[in-house]
Amino acid sequence: MEAFGLLIYGFSVLLTWKTLALMMVGLVLGIFVGVLPGLGGPNGVAILLPLTFTMDPTSAIVMLSCIYWGALFGGAITSILFNIPGEAWSVATTFDGYPMAQQGKAAEALTAAFTSSFIGSLVAVLLITFLAPGIASFALRFGPPEFFAVYLLTFCSFVGLGREEKHKTIISMTLGLLLAGVGMDTVSGQLRMTFGSNELLRGINFLVAVIGLFGISEILLTMEERLALRGHAASISLRVVLKVWKELPRYWATLLRSSAIGCWLGITPGGAIAASFMSYNLAKRFSKDKDSFGKGRIEGVFAPETAAHASGTSALLPMLALGIPGSGTAAILLGGLMVWGLNPGPLLFVEHKGFVWGLIASMYLGNVVGLILVLTTVPIFAAVLRVPFSAIAPMIVVSCAIGAYAIQNAMFDIWLMLVFGVVGYAFKKIGIPLAPFTLALVLGNRAEDAFRLSMIGAGGDLRVFWSNGLVGSITTLALVLLFWPLISGAMARMRSAIRRDAKPGIK
Amino acid sequence: MSKPEVEIVVEDPDPPASDSPAVTSTRTVDVVASLLLLALAMLLGFDNWRTGMSWDSTGPQAGYFPFYLSVVLAAACFFGIGKEFLARKQASETFVTRAQLRRVTQVFVPTLLFCVVTQWLGLYVASFLLVAGFMAFIGRIAAWKSVLTAFVFSLVMFVTFEIAFDVIMPKGPLEALLGH
Repeated sequence: MEAFGLLIYGFSVLLTWKTLALMMVGLVLGIFVGVLPGLGGPNGVAILLPLTFTMDPTSAIVMLSCIYWGALFGGAITSILFNIPGEAWSVATTFDGYPMAQQGKAAEALTAAFTSSFIGSLVAVLLITFLAPGIASFALRFGPPEFFAVYLLTFCSFVGLGREEKHKTIISMTLGLLLAGVGMDTVSGQLRMTFGSNELLRGINFLVAVIGLFGISEILLTMEERLALRGHAASISLRVVLKVWKELPRYWATLLRSSAIGCWLGITPGGAIAASFMSYNLAKRFSKDKDSFGKGRIEGVFAPETAAHASGTSALLPMLALGIPGSGTAAILLGGLMVWGLNPGPLLFVEHKGFVWGLIASMYLGNVVGLILVLTTVPIFAAVLRVPFSAIAPMIVVSCAIGAYAIQNAMFDIWLMLVFGVVGYAFKKIGIPLAPFTLALVLGNRAEDAFRLSMIGAGGDLRVFWSNGLVGSITTLALVLLFWPLISGAMARMRSAIRRDAKPGIK
Repeated sequence: MSKPEVEIVVEDPDPPASDSPAVTSTRTVDVVASLLLLALAMLLGFDNWRTGMSWDSTGPQAGYFPFYLSVVLAAACFFGIGKEFLARKQASETFVTRAQLRRVTQVFVPTLLFCVVTQWLGLYVASFLLVAGFMAFIGRIAAWKSVLTAFVFSLVMFVTFEIAFDVIMPKGPLEALLGH
């Protein structure tokens, strides 16, 4: 087992006091971020990214990914105790988690949520450990045409498979790609869309946009609502933990199914939100006792939490192996890689073994430590919610500004962040999805470079994208996914036409 | 079975009224946003046409991709405007009520001022003013608590970023006075 040996090597990279301390700091910050309203996984990671600028890449990624695990754990606390999903992916957890808390079973619900999160991410990490190196070494044979085809596939699947209105996804994506192009063109060295401005010469930084879009806009949105909250306090005793763990094997089918759904949707750009709802609904459908769902059934907590964590973790698989993020947070981590001077893509597995395997090892350790940490410290984190929002909001604004400024030491970026905050607020309210924008902004230049390098290599012949079986099938698949709504619509019409022919007289 | 013995209750001192009249509908904002994006698409499209949007012997020129992206963006905006126009008879959801708008302004204006002040007095002073002002005037928290929290927060930020992590922030006269 080559992967196993490398994993041991990863642990050896990880097991220094400094890295372990950073891991704890990351987890605690992450749980905070997950618990606080108006802050979530992606913006938490984006805001805290500047802390890592002066670290070595391995410590940096370990701390950042731990913030992410922490945020995933933290989201469950508010869902169960306060009926307020700290994150969109914990909405499904409130369905049964909050009723359990009302019945005085908050500790059981929390234990169930944390344990299933742990199981979900463990499955996903195992998947990464054994699948990612293979994919990466396969992708080492990729040239520019193959990479462009994979980028195209990512973009097209967003448009074709997203649940938002198509034209809004397209608006979001093209806007992201356009803004990614601002600044100097890397192939020809020409300036584009700068309008003579020196500030725009640097281009529009991806992280600045993310901090504005997710951080500032979230504060604006949160303020719109009534901020009062009422919930249960809970502490978890060892007895309860053991009791819930003893019941775990009974739900193996739910756990396994939810992990599979989560991993699949995490790798494809479906995301943790879709995964948590889907696995809740499936758990309900397969259950013998459907009516008890929504009234405080422990299975209703297991299912969405397992899927959300599996999906959040497996979103890192395409990011590591191919340099293509599977989620918004993975996109920000990818942005981080570039800041630390690493080139994302399959070469990471060859050139930066310590980094990759340190990260993978930290996923195992981070989740174990995270589980213990949340189980023991829930009351403290629940109490964080006592802090009034009017104290938290300005602090988040300041943190966002620090984050935005630190990336390029530019005051202009603070203003840009503010603009993106307003844009994000408006987009969220009129239903323009932000995820395609984020993805387009981080991948735009790489996709364009790949395209133009393939063109230079092929002398401007577009047939290069069908020049061999591999690139041809990826490109074709991308186009099929892009027009998937039309294709599936046409198939449905054909099927109903056939049915009409079979049963004359029924329209 | 342990009963939930302690409850955590946090009140909102100034909640938005639920019966507040609508300021504008989502459809209006949607159309305005589409028009703005359309204008942006035209501007960027023109700039890229100027840069060069044709296809030479080695493939696309620098403006080729952005030009066609602007065209796609413009088309998507047209589609959206047309769709909303056709649906204009149906009622649209409220984009924001007057009470909500007031609350949003309450965060947005201080944030804007914070950015202005950051430019003149440096980030840490601006941070102190923002946190203290926001807590005291909008959160209606006792003045001493607000000022103390703001001071501690700004100091912690300063120590964390400026000293521990070497991340340099914009600074003003106060920091200069203290020798930083």
